[in-house]
Amino acid sequence: MTIQDTGTQEAGAQDTVAAAAATPGRAQPHAELGLTGEEYAAITRTLGRRPTDAELALYSVMWSEHCSYKSSRAHLRQFAEKAPPGDALLAGIGQNAGVVDIGQGYAVTFKLESHNHPSYVEPFQGAATGVGGIVRDILAMGARPVAVMDALRFGPADAPDTRRVLPGVVGGISFYGNCLGLPNIGGELAFDPCYAGNPLVNALCLGVMRREDLKLAAASGPGNKVVLFGSRTGPDGIGGASVLASASFGAGSKNKRPSVQVGDPFMEKLLIECCLELYAAGLVLGIQDLGAAGVACATTELAAGGGAGVGMRVRLDTVPLRDASLGPPEILMSESQERMMAIVEPGGLDRFLAICARWDVEATVIGEVTGTGRLEMTWHGDLVVDIPPGTAAEGPVYHRPAQRPAAQDALAADDPARLPRPGAGPQLRAALLDLLSAPDAADKSWVTEQYDRYVRGETVLATPHDAGLVRVDERTSLGVALAVDGNGRYCRLDPYAGTQLALAEAYRNVAATGARPLAVTNCLNFGAPTDPAVMWQFTEAVRGLADGCLALGVPVTGGNVSFYNQTGEAAIHPTPVVGVLGVHDDVRRRLPIGFAAAGLRLVLLGRTEAEFGGSLWARVAHGHLGGRPPAVDLAAERSLAAVLVAGARLGLLAAAHDLSDGGLAVALAESCLAGGQGCTAAPPGDAFTGLFAESAARAVVAVSPGAEAEFAALCAEHGVPSAGLGVTGGVSLEVTGLFAIPLDELAAAHRGTLPALFD
Amino acid sequence: MTARIGVITFPGSLDDQDAARAVRRAGGTAVPLWHGEADLRGVDAAVLPGGFSYGDYLRCGAIARFAPVMAELVPAARKGLPVLGICNGFQILCEAHLLPGALNRNSGLRFISREVRVRVENARTPWTRDYAPGQELTLVLKSGEGAYVADAATLAGLEASGLVLARYDGTAPNGSAAGIAGICNPDGNVAGLMPHPEHAIDPLTGPGEDGLGFFTSAVRALVSA
Repeated sequence: MTIQDTGTQEAGAQDTVAAAAATPGRAQPHAELGLTGEEYAAITRTLGRRPTDAELALYSVMWSEHCSYKSSRAHLRQFAEKAPPGDALLAGIGQNAGVVDIGQGYAVTFKLESHNHPSYVEPFQGAATGVGGIVRDILAMGARPVAVMDALRFGPADAPDTRRVLPGVVGGISFYGNCLGLPNIGGELAFDPCYAGNPLVNALCLGVMRREDLKLAAASGPGNKVVLFGSRTGPDGIGGASVLASASFGAGSKNKRPSVQVGDPFMEKLLIECCLELYAAGLVLGIQDLGAAGVACATTELAAGGGAGVGMRVRLDTVPLRDASLGPPEILMSESQERMMAIVEPGGLDRFLAICARWDVEATVIGEVTGTGRLEMTWHGDLVVDIPPGTAAEGPVYHRPAQRPAAQDALAADDPARLPRPGAGPQLRAALLDLLSAPDAADKSWVTEQYDRYVRGETVLATPHDAGLVRVDERTSLGVALAVDGNGRYCRLDPYAGTQLALAEAYRNVAATGARPLAVTNCLNFGAPTDPAVMWQFTEAVRGLADGCLALGVPVTGGNVSFYNQTGEAAIHPTPVVGVLGVHDDVRRRLPIGFAAAGLRLVLLGRTEAEFGGSLWARVAHGHLGGRPPAVDLAAERSLAAVLVAGARLGLLAAAHDLSDGGLAVALAESCLAGGQGCTAAPPGDAFTGLFAESAARAVVAVSPGAEAEFAALCAEHGVPSAGLGVTGGVSLEVTGLFAIPLDELAAAHRGTLPALFD
Repeated sequence: MTARIGVITFPGSLDDQDAARAVRRAGGTAVPLWHGEADLRGVDAAVLPGGFSYGDYLRCGAIARFAPVMAELVPAARKGLPVLGICNGFQILCEAHLLPGALNRNSGLRFISREVRVRVENARTPWTRDYAPGQELTLVLKSGEGAYVADAATLAGLEASGLVLARYDGTAPNGSAAGIAGICNPDGNVAGLMPHPEHAIDPLTGPGEDGLGFFTSAVRALVSA
């Protein structure tokens, strides 16, 4: 880093506003801080002078891709423009996280966020602080964080670097989440060579509050105090947003280690309890967590959030430091973890500080709200920042060129229909065992057994069920279900359809527990936006998600964009990860995936076509990626969800499992293993297609004894195709006339893969 | 009358609400106790819940044993107050020398979160009297440092005096000495348990309700006392 070169460290010797006005020609390291020449010129125009070193630091992090969404913002507007009508959304895009009304006076907030780049550089701390950051986002909305999930992608499972990155990432999530006391209720894990050198670590947090407790990031009331509380500010993570998250990796990546922050989950646990007590006491007017871009971001967001005329005056020399040599630019850019900033009325300040003291949380008044409309910061009395906060908070907007790559047609033309297929029983049997033991479909207990799913005592469903489900109210059994899904292979073939398939799968997974899908979050993981091919993938994905959400009637409440997931010229598959939240009116009626009793009738819901483009089978059996992904039918998804939710509510179903990667065969195997019962099934039509095709809008259900006719009528009423498939029971998964696999053999294939790779 | 059972919250305690819920479900009254107050509020028994007190960045439980509330709890336990330490609570009781031995890193060096089968070895304590000797339970193990260790003489003494409270069925998943999942002091009133009974009180949110017996045992012992 070269920041130290821009000013000396002695008090009073910093670059000041007055000095900046007097020395207009002084060279400044804008390029090293990630700002283009045009951006630097725009800052100079805005201020009417060159920026001070502190202002340059502030703008560089606020205008980074990570904080400003400058390449994506023009497209993300579609989420609001195409939002389905409804009144469930209490706070939406632009806030720290979206907030949704779930009834009975409760609101929930949830958000997915990436920590991809830090997790490659330093897997353990990168992933740990990813959890910490998203938890603070949820806390800043006024909610108690109640659960976490994670969506992970790595390079080939047997690659040496994956053995470095995966155990570190899982260990970091385990360390931080477990120590924080938040149950980890699910997620996903997939492998592909495109993620070698670009692992994806997307973390989700769910929070619950009473409707009236919603908090916003806005300063108000001149004279009110600006309080910084939590950990002290140190030199860690300086420039993380601009340096790490907003640039591709090259040969010099190893030198970026000092940009990764170090997490202290114990301090975060104290911060959670402290904030909730402050909220309950009514002492917080506005609040913002400190994540990417630290004090710079929190002060500009709070000041800008207050609206026209609201300003803030901050004394940077009062910020408590872990390293006394830090000056204004470093203090502004530091991404030290476990910090929050609150706006507090002077009359409530003593009580505020007393609650912080009770939790051993250091709290310091660092400034006041003003009526000037300016964000001013001083350093030992000298003015070092004087800007209109909106100009830093908004940032530039880029309409980057997007171009569908020519090779896309050849990819689509490479239909998997040409691939040799298994036909006879023994071949189909072997194909199923191959899929079940492939790292993507293998049992994930090696990972999830490092996560506490039990803490808080409200976890009703977690991995390997289709969605995580937590109880919100013990008295009424109200609950919330969450699923995160993404499929880079489908999106590589068709980013518009692939993103809708990810949305549809998460929506279906939530419904498969019996919960009504209600709202959407997302984390959009892509390569460099400066590449027109990547930008085309991105625009298609956003359009697909916005159109899909409108068709399904579920609004996007917020999300996150992670660009620059590429090493050299090679970008990752476009990998939008979509999270869907649903409401469960009675968690006692949740549907597990497992077949837990013998003699239950199995029914296949939905229509099956010979769809193998991007399928798990094509990849595992042939290493093939080509053709078209499965067709999207969102009307069918809606009908299927309606049947699953009504089936659960009416007590007609004993189990349900959505069909996705690996099709019916993998779903049946998972349900047998989860519940400990075998089954006998006869899929309709061509055996290979019936077992392994990945047509969307499908699920397999086990019907409660005696409810068969009523359930068939329910399917007919909603126009959902249903076909009798077989019956549960026995100690094997048997496909009539073709093969049988004892559960022990299924379990060995399914459960042996990850331990063999990572133990 | 109902039994008033205290649940101590240290900074970093995580399963305190779960322990309180288990006390209530067993028919007792859960009384919150705060680490910073040297006051047991007249409780009839106390639970030290799971979590990561003070972050456990030092040896687990090493800082918590010096909390003001412990200055009251230790002498009370020595005089017979029933005390149950679960997971981090067990570690704190060992650090406070109310129980012998210590808890080490799991043999696999990773955090373990899974359902485990344990066998009740001593059903004579105020925390286990509702179980039958040899009864098998499904509880939840979730810890990174859960391997019980003690010197050979201490282990032999525990075995000889019947102070092993519960043992893992089969091989201990964390490398615990002699498969020990929990122990008690010679009077039986102070018990430490690595697996979590409070996460096994309701089939909706855990593996079943096998763990409830620890709490009903205490409630019954106190009410009949």
